[in-house]
Amino acid sequence: MSFICVKDLVIEFTRIDESGSEVAGTRAIDGISLDIEKGSFVAIVGMNGSGKSTLAKCFNGLLTPTSGDVIVDGFNTKDEDHLWDVRRRVGMVFQNPDNQIVSSVVEDDVAFGPENLGVEPAEIRRRVDEALKKVGMYDLKDKGAHMLSGGQKQRVAIAGAVAMRPECIVFDEPTAMLDPRGRESVMEIVKELNSEGITCIMITHFMSEVEQADRVIVLKDGRLLCDRKPSELFTDRAMIDEAGLEMPALIELRDRAGLPESLTTTADIADHIKAHRH
Amino acid sequence: MIRDITLGQYYPGRSVIHRLDARTKIIATFLYIIELFLVNNFRGFLIAAAALFAVIACSRVPLKFIFRGLSAVFLIIAFTFVINLFMVDGRVLWHWKFLTISYEGLSRAFFMAVRLVLLIIGSSIMTLTTKPVELTDGMEKLLKPLSKIGVPSHEIALMMTIALRFIPTLMEETDKIIKAQQARGADFESGNIVQRAKSLIPILIPLFVSSFRIAQDLAMAMEARCYHGGDGRTRMNEIKFHRGDSVAALLLIAFLGVIILSRQL
Amino acid sequence: MSIKVRNLRYVYNAGMPGETVALDDVSFDVPDGIVLGVIGHTGSGKSTLLQHLNGLLKPESGEIYIDGECITDGKARMTEMRRRVGLVFQYPEYQLFEETVSKDVAFGPKNLGLDEEETEKRVRMAIELVGLDYDEIKDKSPFDLSGGMKRRVAIAGVIAMEPKVLILDEPTAGLDPSAHRDILSMIRRIHDEMGIILIFVSHNMGDVASMSDRVLVMSGGRIVLDGSPEEVFSHAEELDEMGLALPPARQIMMDIAGRVPGLKSDALTIEEAASDIRGFIR
Repeated sequence: MSFICVKDLVIEFTRIDESGSEVAGTRAIDGISLDIEKGSFVAIVGMNGSGKSTLAKCFNGLLTPTSGDVIVDGFNTKDEDHLWDVRRRVGMVFQNPDNQIVSSVVEDDVAFGPENLGVEPAEIRRRVDEALKKVGMYDLKDKGAHMLSGGQKQRVAIAGAVAMRPECIVFDEPTAMLDPRGRESVMEIVKELNSEGITCIMITHFMSEVEQADRVIVLKDGRLLCDRKPSELFTDRAMIDEAGLEMPALIELRDRAGLPESLTTTADIADHIKAHRH
Repeated sequence: MIRDITLGQYYPGRSVIHRLDARTKIIATFLYIIELFLVNNFRGFLIAAAALFAVIACSRVPLKFIFRGLSAVFLIIAFTFVINLFMVDGRVLWHWKFLTISYEGLSRAFFMAVRLVLLIIGSSIMTLTTKPVELTDGMEKLLKPLSKIGVPSHEIALMMTIALRFIPTLMEETDKIIKAQQARGADFESGNIVQRAKSLIPILIPLFVSSFRIAQDLAMAMEARCYHGGDGRTRMNEIKFHRGDSVAALLLIAFLGVIILSRQL
Repeated sequence: MSIKVRNLRYVYNAGMPGETVALDDVSFDVPDGIVLGVIGHTGSGKSTLLQHLNGLLKPESGEIYIDGECITDGKARMTEMRRRVGLVFQYPEYQLFEETVSKDVAFGPKNLGLDEEETEKRVRMAIELVGLDYDEIKDKSPFDLSGGMKRRVAIAGVIAMEPKVLILDEPTAGLDPSAHRDILSMIRRIHDEMGIILIFVSHNMGDVASMSDRVLVMSGGRIVLDGSPEEVFSHAEELDEMGLALPPARQIMMDIAGRVPGLKSDALTIEEAASDIRGFIR
């Protein structure tokens, strides 16, 4: 069985109308089924409001299905007795670097997760140091969180998830508010974690980040539009347009220059140009 | 301007004061504040101030840093001073229309201002030399006995942790919003008191909305990291009493005696 | 309208621990009607510089002339300055506060002391210029709009002041690709219709290359490069040392040219690069 199984998932947000009674609101997720394999690197894309973040919050039981099921490593997220088993396995890093750091000092924040799990003090110390080294923030462990740059804060947030020893980390647009340098450092860490066997699910608007995943899931209006390899998505212009995405620069250039679709790398294109020069 | 407020900030260091148990520092600060209210003459304040400066010297926190924090609450101090200056009756020193300053008023105004300054410096020394986590852990432990009678010690401590953590964030947010509204021509510096109060609306509403957004994000992030209340939580660094804390306790008792004596003189 | 900046210097936390020189001897000119792109890392001094241009920050030394008039000599009136130079901060949607969209957009014009009629005229103009339907949206609460629409309303709030210089700090931050494209074309439309100087900060080198007439590169509080996009992006090595990227089209063409002897390209945009390739092959 896959690490995460999503079956016929529906998430409906209710709202309170003027008379004070609950009425059914919008369907943020409208019938999605998918499996996520252990150790994979999956990108989730789609326009704002397509349901990406809502879906992400279902993977660790922050949201429970209105109908359908999400099974994480055998535990149903609806089962409240095993909610902590789910959250311990699936860590999460959010978009806003500032709003997810709980403690004022870097190392104390990283310790927050393991402390909640009731881990022994000496073991927490070990995990915190290890996690901080992994994201390259060990030297700043005594610093105040508010003194850090956005990219550094985001690395602390990743360390906070890593210190819980999760099997999977869901990244909800972790690079959206960072500058290119911060974005690159975060992306490097994500790839490093994935190479160590941690399943990574990454929500993003940047096609350059999508290209690095094994698989991309495209959402629109709460439905699954397609689910395939990034290289296959980027040959399908109709799909890109429908989902409100964009082509990576290289593919855009290839198509506008009228080069064959079989060319997918810089080297391919260079060879083609060499072979067809005047 | 607004980020100059050092109250509630931590100044990293390894001094004797930094190494004291947070509980010792909380009790000491609490006692110091009580003592400030026991003091009934300027000689007492002199002693209190001397003790405070001795502590500051031991803590190696630069004086500049401490006074910068004070400048942020200058308005409150000035307000207290003025209120006392005009509100106390006695031998008239100066009179103009309905305003009267008495000798007693002047002395009282100074008295209150000094008390307030010492109080603020005293409590900022505690926050400057104690890591927020230790401070709140200390608070939680001190309140623990009260949880039997229903005081939510863990929740109070957590609220403090979060408040301390988000003071700088909200300061920055406020700064940004003020600038954004100034760029739209908002004027916070002129007009009468009603106009000025009204001119704060464009700042307060966005700030309010931001605070809600932060609270929502943070609650989500804490849940994602398995937060489920204080039960079964462990700590990376358990706070412990050391020999320094016993010495501090002795000094505190001695100081209390001196302050009580100073009342009689 | 023109901007002249001379020897600007600004220090954060002067005399305190953590003192940093945010701007150091910054001088440049902006002629009328151009689009100026500003690039540099977080902490390079970009935001500090922009906040000087409408008087939100006061320099330690140096002068700024807007349309020949010095705004740093302490005599300039703040409202007059903000009427001329509009500044849209990052994530401007977080500054919305009124009950309705039209009231919010009217905040700026009202602060300038304009009468009801003129205010309404400008509010309509501004809302339409950012690509929203005035009659449909004017009575809605700004808090009920989508993220992209909120941002447009916030930008309209500054445009309604009819500035002669419009500064946008990372106007596309955090948007999805299609909203990103929409905001860019909106910015271009604002520039063309209002005929103003437009200054924008971006980390997206492709946008900077395709939108700007001139590019300023900041690093460590100084201006290190200043010129046309062609000139600035020809300094590939220096940009790389600062950790700044090239426009994607330029980067790809350099990579291809490294493998194809004889291929030369100064392309900055995908379109230019494509036409260079088409010209090179049979």
